[in-house]
Amino acid sequence: MLSNLGSGGGKTAKPSFVSYVTPEEIKSEKELYKKENQPDLLPGEVVFCSASTVLKYTQDELSQRGVFGTLLCTNFRVSFVSDELQAEETCKVFKNKLYDENDIPLACVDNIYGGYEDKKKLITGGQVKNKYPSKMIIHCKDLRVFQFSLTYSKEEDAKKIFQGIVHHCLEPKSLRCVYAFSYCESTSCPEMQRNERTMLFDCPEDWTKDMKRIKGNCRLVTENSNFQLSPKLPQFFIVPSNVSDEDLTKFQGNGLPLWCWSHHSGCALFKTASLPLPQEDNVSQKYMDRMLTAVAHNHLYSVKTEDLSDTLPTVQDIQLSYNKFKQFFLIDNTTEFWMSDMKWFSSLENCGWLDIIRQCLLKAVEVVECLEKENTNVLIMEESGSDLCCVISSLVQLMLDPHYRTLLGFQSLVQKEWLVGGHAFLDRSNPLHLKEKVESQSPVFLLFLECVWQLHQQYGPAFQFSETYLTVLSDSVHVPIFATFLFNNDCHRASVLRAESPSSQRALLNCPSVWDWWVQFDCGAQDLFINPLYAQKSRHDRSQRKSHRPKHQRQLSLPSSAFKTPSKKGFFKDEADSLKKILGAKRISRWMVSPSSDYPPTSSAKEFYEAWQTNPLDYHGMLLPCLDGPSIRVWMQRYLRWIHDVQILGGGPVAMLSKVSELLAEVQEMRSELDRHACSATSNHRGAMTRTRAKTTAEDSSRSSVRLSSSFPFVTSRNWSFKPAIPTSMLQGLMMTGVAGDLASRDDDGSDPGTMV
Amino acid sequence: MEKKSAGAVGSGDGSAPPGVPSRNNKPRVMNISTVRQTSGDAEADSPTGSHVEWCKQLIAATISSQMLSVTPDTSSRDSKVCKRPELRDTMDEVHSYHCDSDSEIPPHALALRDRTKEVQMDEVPLVPGETVRAVAKDVMYICPFTGLVTGTLTCTDYKLYFISLERDSPFVLDVNLGAISRLETISVQSHGENTQGLEIVCKDMRSPRFAYKAEDGSQPEIVEVLSKQTFSLSNDLPLFAFLYKEEFPVDGWKVYDPMAEYKRQGLPNESWTISKMNGMYELCDTYPALLVIPASIKDEELKRVVAFRARHRIPVLSWIHPESQATIVRSSQPLVGASDRRCKEDERYLQTIMDANAQSHKLAVFDARQNSVADTNKAKDGGYESESFYPNVELNFLEIPNIHVMRESLRKLKEMVYPTIDETRWHSAVDQTHWLEYIRVLLAGAVRIADKLESGKTSAVVHCSDGWDRTAQLTSLAMLMLDGHYRTLRGFQVLLEKEWISFGHKFAARVGHGDDNHANSERSPLFVQFIDCVWQVTRQFPSAFEFNELFLITILDHLYSCLFGTFLYNSEQERVTMEVQNKTVSLWSYINSQPDDFTNPFYVDYEHHVLYPLASIRHLELWTSYYARWNPRMRPQMPVHQNMKELLFLRAELERKVEELQREASSSRGSLSSSSDHTSSPSYSGGTPLHTTV
Repeated sequence: MLSNLGSGGGKTAKPSFVSYVTPEEIKSEKELYKKENQPDLLPGEVVFCSASTVLKYTQDELSQRGVFGTLLCTNFRVSFVSDELQAEETCKVFKNKLYDENDIPLACVDNIYGGYEDKKKLITGGQVKNKYPSKMIIHCKDLRVFQFSLTYSKEEDAKKIFQGIVHHCLEPKSLRCVYAFSYCESTSCPEMQRNERTMLFDCPEDWTKDMKRIKGNCRLVTENSNFQLSPKLPQFFIVPSNVSDEDLTKFQGNGLPLWCWSHHSGCALFKTASLPLPQEDNVSQKYMDRMLTAVAHNHLYSVKTEDLSDTLPTVQDIQLSYNKFKQFFLIDNTTEFWMSDMKWFSSLENCGWLDIIRQCLLKAVEVVECLEKENTNVLIMEESGSDLCCVISSLVQLMLDPHYRTLLGFQSLVQKEWLVGGHAFLDRSNPLHLKEKVESQSPVFLLFLECVWQLHQQYGPAFQFSETYLTVLSDSVHVPIFATFLFNNDCHRASVLRAESPSSQRALLNCPSVWDWWVQFDCGAQDLFINPLYAQKSRHDRSQRKSHRPKHQRQLSLPSSAFKTPSKKGFFKDEADSLKKILGAKRISRWMVSPSSDYPPTSSAKEFYEAWQTNPLDYHGMLLPCLDGPSIRVWMQRYLRWIHDVQILGGGPVAMLSKVSELLAEVQEMRSELDRHACSATSNHRGAMTRTRAKTTAEDSSRSSVRLSSSFPFVTSRNWSFKPAIPTSMLQGLMMTGVAGDLASRDDDGSDPGTMV
Repeated sequence: MEKKSAGAVGSGDGSAPPGVPSRNNKPRVMNISTVRQTSGDAEADSPTGSHVEWCKQLIAATISSQMLSVTPDTSSRDSKVCKRPELRDTMDEVHSYHCDSDSEIPPHALALRDRTKEVQMDEVPLVPGETVRAVAKDVMYICPFTGLVTGTLTCTDYKLYFISLERDSPFVLDVNLGAISRLETISVQSHGENTQGLEIVCKDMRSPRFAYKAEDGSQPEIVEVLSKQTFSLSNDLPLFAFLYKEEFPVDGWKVYDPMAEYKRQGLPNESWTISKMNGMYELCDTYPALLVIPASIKDEELKRVVAFRARHRIPVLSWIHPESQATIVRSSQPLVGASDRRCKEDERYLQTIMDANAQSHKLAVFDARQNSVADTNKAKDGGYESESFYPNVELNFLEIPNIHVMRESLRKLKEMVYPTIDETRWHSAVDQTHWLEYIRVLLAGAVRIADKLESGKTSAVVHCSDGWDRTAQLTSLAMLMLDGHYRTLRGFQVLLEKEWISFGHKFAARVGHGDDNHANSERSPLFVQFIDCVWQVTRQFPSAFEFNELFLITILDHLYSCLFGTFLYNSEQERVTMEVQNKTVSLWSYINSQPDDFTNPFYVDYEHHVLYPLASIRHLELWTSYYARWNPRMRPQMPVHQNMKELLFLRAELERKVEELQREASSSRGSLSSSSDHTSSPSYSGGTPLHTTV
């Protein structure tokens, strides 16, 4: 795997990726750096400008300490190369091959601030004149904070680097300038190693396979393979079997229900982009009716629709809330950190981010309830059909289908719902800084990952992938190498990649997918993507579930099976009539057909959760998140990993997980031991030897778990001897805010000496 | 849920005869002679809003009972309002019954119940020595989560036990009398009936409410009995710990032997001696009999120091660093007073403590109090060590508020988590209780002390006013961070026995065992706060502790329960006088008889690594699995460590198999290979409770 990339960078004499084996090698490597003061450039990477003797403040301490080095700006990243040798890099397990801790991919730069004397000013593109600040603060989208002092470098250089960085990070540019294209041209990955098992849903087979696995019975549409139906629709997609050919082309795919997932009872989840406001001619309304009919036809003639734009926050709300939220973690110095610690929970609540997560999860639970309990088809819709629809549909599938909780299943899910589903990654993250797209910026995909993380932390053993995997995935969105996150939809992707392709007309430029994890991490690092707590499914489990299911199903589907008896047509007609009426009255109403709408949906979702909670937990069955206040948490690993003051040395969940991994390794070892014994009973000596070896490695790893910090694997603790973080300004203001002022001044026991026993 | 029952009330009112409402619905607070109830307290503990709520609940209960008893046939049609929650809840109760076995009932009682389960479902499971004192039938429990349940309420001398068999599976509610802080009864007239309400305000964050008809006055008897049994000391009855007759294979009173513990620390040594001067508690009646003091101090000098320290609590050694010889010393405040009194002997005493540690020429004094409060104390004859009189002393104030502030904070916390949790305002509500803020201040203080010893190699003297509340919190937390021994199951028991129990944390006064004066300002949840701090540290270092969360919760349950003698009384002297060790059972007897239940499967020995927990609110969390555990929604279905336990079990199993096979293989090679093949296969299919992946 490594050789693939190495050969790609054939132009440079130095190998692009150093596999650090012996310390000597690294040392010589480092000395080379020192002479050149250049980072290892990736294939196709070009240095735009650089400045030497830049001081990078080390965040760790309040003191103005720092490291001198060279600051560079390339077409891929802003990079700082230290003049000092850093020995600690040798022990870094989790190294990103593309960029290291002192590199910021250009797309990852969130904001740049200039420090003028004591003032901190937000720099916006375009207005950089001759003046340059003495200090440059860069906030990254992965929440790192860099502070550089430009006062020690040559004035000319300082000006150049500052303007260069601002220009390349903040000014609008064209998609062609994104590094991915120069990277892909120069790497010439021979045949992209296609990951066999992550389904990309870019061919009809993937769709058929998925539908077959879930036992859906809808219709695969292949007519759009060249986007002749609509550029908004994916190349291949699935619709209810009753949708006629002519309906496929109307409204450019708006209003067309796209199949997401089928429940084992037969009902299914569909999503659609809602039609523009109904016109006078009634055409769109009739079309919508036909579509609803088609969805209803899928199973038992019942359908519920939900317009997500009515009930969930808008993408702008999401953006606003996240902007407030992330500020809590972009900490410039220790004092600021401890100050913000005081009102932590209240500020958390005020930014509303956790509440948005809760609302999304709640909505997903409501949809799950419809599918699981009422066995009705569900059609979710919103304006674009590719933002909150993606969030909700993929969450529903995660809750209901254990397949998507495996690593490959999850990747397939993201591929199916988000990539092929047409989430406008380019517009939502706007790495090109296009002015007209500023409005459409919104971390919708991150919101989804946040929701997944909530599920993950509540039901850890149900997921094959780890928290670290989610964090890395959230970072990878801002690494402009992967075709995955660079485009707005399938059609866009295909057209750009075709245009950029150097070779024949038909072929697409071979751009790596984010699922090609070897591009970023070697195998050892990828091991951290696997959750050691994952409870794998066994035969035993499956049989149990089967015996469990039918009974369960019968109970729950009782109301709908009662409807089965009347003549299908007649019943359905009623349904359709009522649909029409409601549609006429209001564009889309909430949960149009609800047979038992005694309770408002929220409380019914609560009951649904409570009823589910009483059953013993099956990690391979349906999962519903607990949504009560304390259960929705902050994704500590993602948000706190870079803040030195909150690193727990020797603690954090990693301490526990490493213990589990170690045990698993031991168990594995013993199992193979048993296997060996079963094969030949003579190998007892060898067996004993391996046993002891297993023991010693286990001891080693337990030692290391003591040394890891809560920020593992993102930050490795430099040294064990350290000062504990002691809050400054600990209690100032506490007495003022403390309500019990008079209580505080009372003696502990003095008030009533008589009571002393 | 709460809202729903309120809704039911609304419709109940609607169906009521129009003439009755205003006068009869007005709640009357009834005073039962044994139930102390001053209006001021009632307001402090239950705001008027909740009082109205309470009355509404009672009326709803009346209506539903009328419908159930008077017209049972039509009830299915009429009682839709109140019937619905019940129907819906049948499933819930299955669960809460199971969960009861996890948390509502101490696990040992569970074992007992398992035994009796086969006999009779409605029979009250009793622990040895427990007797039933009163029984009341047809009592309604107003469950805040699942609605009304009717059943039988039994009061024994140890617990209050409610069981209802009207649902598919029995519903059980079990409250230890020791956990009850206050009983409150009200009576409501509605629909021609007089309904009595009983609210049991508990120290463990719940307040179950019952309703029953006050017909011929036979029912209230149980309230009187309950009150008498609950406040046993106020009624000249013994605490239940003295009646408890269970026998455990392990004797928990042997867990803590002060001599052995000091020996483990390497004491006595040339600078420190184990003194028996307080053998009869004549020096200080709230200190233990054995004290570690500087070896060079003469008796007369010591007497002067005794006189100069509040409540005679002189500086004594709590812990000594095995390498640097830096020590944690605890004491009470010096009696400096407004006139800046000095005591040469006390100054020399501290100097000796400093000299005992050759590594440092400083001595750090940590005054737990807020600087301003310490000044106030000074005006009232207390005070702190002035840096100008005590050479080389650096004085630090840790700014920790007092016991009254903590009590108030926990009261607010209870309002927040019981009975229901407001999900959208949760975080700001947490902020408003200040509970986590105080936890943070405590942890920060303890980290500073630990750091002073570890990195500064400097001895620390810790005190507050009397040296038995905040001082105990700080020294024990610092010791927990510094010494891995205290992070084991046994070690933690030693830590509690030593720093809290023997050094005179006033458990009786702070908890109020068997005492009816619930408004006593001496009460304060300082020990709960300490255990919460420990929990926070275990959460930050999930594999550094040998014990698990259940251990901590069990300790807190028995802090109140009065089942064991461990947390009774205020000082070692009192315990000796009452012969606690002879007449009661230790909590550790129970714990150490089944240590597996309380062990953390993730435990890795951190050896001598010092743990510095982060005293940042970002890493603190409200301990919902303790504070909000009565809420069924807050209960985890399956804790993660269950998986781990299975994994450990699997490993043990495999280990056994491998050894077995090796033995077999070495004893008779070849010939037995087929049979060994046979024995190994079941372990693959049957013995794999956990399906692991690597």
